Amino acid sequence: MTIYNESWEAVIGLEIHVQLATNSKLFSGASTNFGALPNTQACNIDLALPGVLPVLNEEVLKMAVKLGKALNANINSPTSFARKNYFYPDLPKGYQISQMDKPIVEGGFLDIELEDGTSKRIGVTRAHLEEDAGKSLHEDFEGQSGIDLNRSGTPLIEIVSEPDISSPKEAIAYLKSIHSIIRYLEISDGNMAEGSMRCDANVSVRKLGSKELGTRTETKNVNSFRFVEKAIQYEIERQISEIESGNTITQETRLYDSQANTTRPMRTKEYANDYRYFPEPDLLPVVLEDSFIKEIHEDMPEMPTEKKLRFIKEYGLSEYDSSLLASDKDLANFFETVADESKSAKLSANWIMGELSAELNKENLNILNSKVSAKQLGLLIKRIEDSTISGKIAKDVFEKMWSTGNEIDAIIEKEGLQQVTDLSEIETMVSKVINENPGQLQQYLSGKDRLFGFFVGQVMKESQGKANPSQVNEILKKKLKE
Amino acid sequence: MKLHELSLKEQLNGLIEGSFSSTELTEHYLNRISNLDKDLNSYITVTADLALQQAALSDERYKSSKALPLDGIPIAHKDIFCTEDVLTTCGSKMLSNFKAPYSSTVVNKLSSEGVVILGKTNMDEFAMGSSNETSFFGPVKNPWNKEYVPGGSSGGSAACVSAQLASAATATDTGGSIRQPAALCGLTGIKPTYGRVSRYGMIAFASSLDQGGVLARSAEDSAILLESMSGHDPKDSTSLKEEVPSFLDSIDSSINGIKIGLPKEFFERDLPEYVESSTKEAIETYKNLGAEIHEISLPNVDLSLPVYYIIAPAECSANLSRYDGVRYGYRCEDPKDIEDLYMRTREEGFGSEVKRRVLIGTYALSAGYYDAYYLKAQKCRRLVANDFSKAFESVDVILSPTTPGTSFKSGEKSNDPIEMYLQDIFTIPANLAGLPGISFPCGNHDGLPLGVQLVGNSLQEAKLLQAAHQFQKVTDWHNKFPEV
Amino acid sequence: MALSDKELKEIAYLARININDELLPSLKGELEKILNLFNKLNSVDTTEIEAMSHPLNLSQPTRPDEITEEDQREKLQETAPSVKSGLFLVPKVIEGDS
Repeated sequence: MTIYNESWEAVIGLEIHVQLATNSKLFSGASTNFGALPNTQACNIDLALPGVLPVLNEEVLKMAVKLGKALNANINSPTSFARKNYFYPDLPKGYQISQMDKPIVEGGFLDIELEDGTSKRIGVTRAHLEEDAGKSLHEDFEGQSGIDLNRSGTPLIEIVSEPDISSPKEAIAYLKSIHSIIRYLEISDGNMAEGSMRCDANVSVRKLGSKELGTRTETKNVNSFRFVEKAIQYEIERQISEIESGNTITQETRLYDSQANTTRPMRTKEYANDYRYFPEPDLLPVVLEDSFIKEIHEDMPEMPTEKKLRFIKEYGLSEYDSSLLASDKDLANFFETVADESKSAKLSANWIMGELSAELNKENLNILNSKVSAKQLGLLIKRIEDSTISGKIAKDVFEKMWSTGNEIDAIIEKEGLQQVTDLSEIETMVSKVINENPGQLQQYLSGKDRLFGFFVGQVMKESQGKANPSQVNEILKKKLKE
Repeated sequence: MKLHELSLKEQLNGLIEGSFSSTELTEHYLNRISNLDKDLNSYITVTADLALQQAALSDERYKSSKALPLDGIPIAHKDIFCTEDVLTTCGSKMLSNFKAPYSSTVVNKLSSEGVVILGKTNMDEFAMGSSNETSFFGPVKNPWNKEYVPGGSSGGSAACVSAQLASAATATDTGGSIRQPAALCGLTGIKPTYGRVSRYGMIAFASSLDQGGVLARSAEDSAILLESMSGHDPKDSTSLKEEVPSFLDSIDSSINGIKIGLPKEFFERDLPEYVESSTKEAIETYKNLGAEIHEISLPNVDLSLPVYYIIAPAECSANLSRYDGVRYGYRCEDPKDIEDLYMRTREEGFGSEVKRRVLIGTYALSAGYYDAYYLKAQKCRRLVANDFSKAFESVDVILSPTTPGTSFKSGEKSNDPIEMYLQDIFTIPANLAGLPGISFPCGNHDGLPLGVQLVGNSLQEAKLLQAAHQFQKVTDWHNKFPEV
Repeated sequence: MALSDKELKEIAYLARININDELLPSLKGELEKILNLFNKLNSVDTTEIEAMSHPLNLSQPTRPDEITEEDQREKLQETAPSVKSGLFLVPKVIEGDS
């Protein structure tokens, strides 16, 4: 538990909206592609023309069931839809089809890992299906706003956590964990910048040890992991300082301003919102057969936590390495290919998190766009392991592979980088080095043991780094004694 | 005999036999409309050019022996059914400029059977009303007596068929909007089981109650048209996946032994003497046809009116939120901000009955009242539906008057919503339970027709049409038409 | 059942229907009459009764996840009150205002 000001604690719950990666919309056959010309992907149903009716996309049910299972939750059957009524120009029907009483997913949890290596269980209250709204573009159209309804009707699942989160760091760990799960399940690309994952944070503070919850605020639509952390941090500090200066917290919705790093209240209306939820009469309750749920469950890929445990067990990796590699499905797949090729899991993990990550970060690439394939990286490590090249040369080779796109063996051959493992060749080089440095030999023999390193370096230099260092050591020891 | 005096079935036979062409028939109706409808106001839009094009195509199909089942029959659509490239107003200023960019399933189905569309008929605004006085396009007159209302909300469809300005018409029924105008205009009107006719493209009033159907001159004509309109539609999630039987095939069979239930709660009501006597006469007719008459009880049926006036407005309050002046339809002049756009567009675009219902529905769903009104109404709805399920364990159909009386004068009830709502006390229960109901003429009082209603169990439209047809074989009420 | 002016105005705002002040008293009277109709339900015992939100006791059908709608923007915007560059225009919306 993070303690603020030594006498306060924070109570945080997150509402995460995830756009589901379907081809067509939740209730219409229009495309969900991102970035089309305005209103070219808004059909008569998305526009709420008079007389149109919704028909449910089956894929959405499958995706929701997968998520529910990954969150260790119950799947409700029947699950039903409700209308949430409010007026906004990007909401064509004047109501959003959502779920109220019987959300498809209810009562789950997620174990998150904290920085100190411990884990914490965060309750998931529910996850419900609903349709996304369109967009209001506020650029100036002669003082008016333009409404684009391409996004209208795109399926969303809203994941609501219990207020079990106690710090901005925990909030991020939870958010990243959800992000990792939806990517694993391939139900969403989870791209926060494009809005396919959005987060609202409910934050309140209370005196340490108090059982009663403080008044909470909801901070809306924060569009990056970093901003979520900052927005929550700001909000906690704001609330503490308000209360400490004798003010009370107003229950309200606030917006995060990333430039100023502050939150500010949204404009309030004369009357409070009253969404008047009621059962959607255009849709019947959805019965999900046990066999349907079972089939989906059995088809589900390995989840991050399972994968992490397997990495520890199967590859003998550390908890830290496993957790990092398993957090992203593509990264984990990449690792497995490298490890299978190289037969050295530990070295594979080190290379991926070291050299490869550095290059990826430098060029802002994601693992799928790596210029060195998993197979090639695996071979590189194999060449180190089988002593074809030394670890030092391997780094240069990797850089060449990265910049030229050439294959490892071609580079080794072309540049003649093959490690010298021929004993007689090394012996010749060792003898040459000893003969050329009589002074150093004298000092070494008179007890300056640390000069051994000098001789190793000279031999390696002589071999242009290609001699096998352990063989060099061995032969040097022998020759120096002679 | 003049062409408009022929029934739909007779017209179909005439077309098949080549006694006249669809173009002649269509021109005949279009002439009648232009001569007579100025006064009646039963049409909002007459689609003369479209009708003549369709008729010409139909005539070609007859010539090449490729005629469709309803080829060349001129009908009218209630202006609640979206019709591609045709003005579709739902009787409202809000949609007074709305040319639909797509067609409803009902329109598509009937067009693919070869019908000719004469136009779109007048109606109470958004189907809210029982007199056709709430239409933005002015009231419709009852062809039997122009001082009287034709009923509603499908008043235009009823008046135009009654005045023989169309062979038959489509209509919709949320609480009686087909059956009540059928009774008041001397027609046969059927509201099928909820889900039998697709609601796709039928502008929503109350989604869990709305159902499309037919207004026609007889049970036989109704059977022909209903069969073509019915069937599963993947675009409507609440559409039934049941096979549609041939309604026409079964109507000629005897109803000897049919069990007719008379709900005592309906007959205990204080009804005008002429209603009681006409209904009794209808019961006698059925006895003569071999029916068994049973008194039954629907103990919760009196809850229907309050239940309906909570649920229908609640659903409509959300269904009508889309009329916001943003994407189509009416928009107020010079809105100063987005709130002003909403507030004034909806103030100016909706008439007073629509506003009343939207406000009542909003209230019934609002925080603090949801349980007391909406949820309570849904529970009571179950009680009403359960009463029907129980009743149908012992009877085949349930008979009652359709309305508490014959038509009333324009303006007589328009200032008293409750008086108006009472028009539907006999028809609303079937909508709450999703059951099929039919009204057909059974008498006349002071020159105005009167109807009797049969309600059947789920999916029993064939039985209702059969019972009505058998009645019409031994009575003449359905063959009486007003002088216009 | 009595409605206060404030309640009526709140409902009208929720429904986004402007009501002129001079119409308030008569509208209030009409609505109260309708609300009185509902009193009949108060005396009914519904504790054991399940709410009925729909006449059909069936499960919701689904459709396959396929794109079946093509771009019809031009046709769909033909009757729009105000359009520019394919966008529906409305008076300026203040960001985050909902």
